[in-house]
Amino acid sequence: MTVTEVLEKEKTSQETILKVENLKKYYPIKGGILKRTVGHIKAVDDVSFTVFRGETLGIVGESGSGKSTLGRTILRLDKPTAGKIIFEDNDITEMGNRKLRPFRKNMQIVFQDPYGSLNATMNVQQLLEEPLIVQTDLSKKERTELVDEMLEKVGLRKEDKIKYPHEFSGGQRQRIGIARALILRPKFVVCDEPVSALDVSIQAQVLNLMSDLQDELNLTYLFISHDLSVVKHISDRVAVMYLGQIVEIADKKDIYREPLHPYTQALLSSVPTINRKNKRERIILKGDLPSPANPPSGCPFRTRCPFAHDICKEVRPQLKDMGSNHRVACHLHA
Amino acid sequence: MQPEQQMNLNQDPKINVPGEAKEKGISPFRMAFRRFLKNKAAVVSIFVLAIIILLCLCAPLLTDYDPIEYDLLKIDQKPSSEHILGTDNSGRDVFSRLLYGGRISIIIGFSAMFFTLVIGVTLGAIAGYYGGKVDNIIMRITDIFMILPFLVLVLVIVAILEKVTIQIFVTIIALTSWPSLTRIVRGSFLSLREREFVLGARAIGASDFRIIFRHFIPNAIGPIVVNATLMVATYIVIESGLSFIGFGIPEPTPTWGNMLSSALSVRVLQYHPEQWVPPGLMILLTVLCINFIGDGLRDAFDPKSNKR
Repeated sequence: MTVTEVLEKEKTSQETILKVENLKKYYPIKGGILKRTVGHIKAVDDVSFTVFRGETLGIVGESGSGKSTLGRTILRLDKPTAGKIIFEDNDITEMGNRKLRPFRKNMQIVFQDPYGSLNATMNVQQLLEEPLIVQTDLSKKERTELVDEMLEKVGLRKEDKIKYPHEFSGGQRQRIGIARALILRPKFVVCDEPVSALDVSIQAQVLNLMSDLQDELNLTYLFISHDLSVVKHISDRVAVMYLGQIVEIADKKDIYREPLHPYTQALLSSVPTINRKNKRERIILKGDLPSPANPPSGCPFRTRCPFAHDICKEVRPQLKDMGSNHRVACHLHA
Repeated sequence: MQPEQQMNLNQDPKINVPGEAKEKGISPFRMAFRRFLKNKAAVVSIFVLAIIILLCLCAPLLTDYDPIEYDLLKIDQKPSSEHILGTDNSGRDVFSRLLYGGRISIIIGFSAMFFTLVIGVTLGAIAGYYGGKVDNIIMRITDIFMILPFLVLVLVIVAILEKVTIQIFVTIIALTSWPSLTRIVRGSFLSLREREFVLGARAIGASDFRIIFRHFIPNAIGPIVVNATLMVATYIVIESGLSFIGFGIPEPTPTWGNMLSSALSVRVLQYHPEQWVPPGLMILLTVLCINFIGDGLRDAFDPKSNKR
């Protein structure tokens, strides 16, 4: 075992910061004259996983796979339909807004859209100060000091704090968004596609900034993205979502080296590579993502899976540990 | 050059160019204000409206005549140095009535607007913010108020009440006109509800009160202000119209509408234009100015709207 592997091992054997158990988020579909519920969009359908302190868990999946809903539901910005969310041994699933408030300090979110995630009528000082006003009793002076400190951390000048969001570029705005999320010194941050709206060159800067801040402030990230190379860059572990379910979850190096689920294999084969030796055979998936209102029976992926059997139609595969915490939900690996 | 750039990238450069620092932050409201100032019609209208309001406010300084004091020995006089715009059919000074009447008309317009604003914004905010059942109940009440026939309602109330005071008149107007504003506020709140910055405010644990007042209202202020402005014009017209047909503020209190009603008599209409043209012009001018200001505000708050 090499040193890095030992370190890696140590990291994953650390304590649990967040535990999600059988989480479901269904959105009702209303229909008819009486606006009765005629069905459900199963945005998140029976998802369980744990996040360890200090790690980055990447969540990948195509549009509509329920990644963002999962992130928002964990932070209780949406009410879960069923299941449990346990943050640092506290069950926050059923808490009301008032009870949640002290926990909010420890769980923050960075949004995808740097244009829509900042209130355009507030300047940077007000934007960064607001979490402190809501959550702490600090004086105006202390708050300003923290704001200055945070601005410096994310690479913005403190003279800019009288400016408004529209006066910044996309990358700078995302830095403001990060500063706002981190100013309360949270322990756990959901990053909901934080770089997908940015230029590639700016993406790298922001990603590096996020990694640096993670080390400095001892953060745990849940990093949601559809960009496999971004997730590979920043994550320790990766979970792959398909149609509201986690189909595979493993250490980054395992999943990128040896993906077990046919969907993960197809996803990874779609990443363009420069190195010819590592080139995978391109797997083209047929068809579209089925509607989450009417998911296929059994395995959600069976309609597009090149290896689908009869059993896939009937039994929904459960996540199974294939060794070294590499878990996959597929009948091929039963 | 090349290596230096490389280093910069790795070091996470501070992106701002120095020298830009002294520039002050420009809030969206300041930008709207700048755009407003570029609209000539609106700026001129502000000045004209200010002059009209100032004249009405300074009425006691500009005329010595009491607007309700009649002098039957001097009815229907032509303009003279004594009575600048002559006297009406009860011998009251038209100029004095014009100024004092303007006070009432403008007060009715603005206070009814304020009253409507309070009801409309409160209910619209509650409906749009909480959604669901609350929204449903409020919107059904709104629907009921919307189908009330305004004119019939006013006529009935005025017929029942012996004396319609300004307060009652304002209340009637506000109670029948709030639904449209409620719908506008509700609509913009509903669209703001799903915006990421609102979710962000929820994520830091901000209270409902804080989210409504710091995040929703500042972002929905454009349509609210524009509609409030245009409402004033509408209310002044409503007051004049109702007073003209005799269902507004009763005589002898002067309002522009009351003064206009003298033109109901063919004799005055034909031979004494100085009695009804000035109040007519004042109504026209005031309403026109307010509408220009409202349009200017709309273009200022929503720059896309004027690119036709």
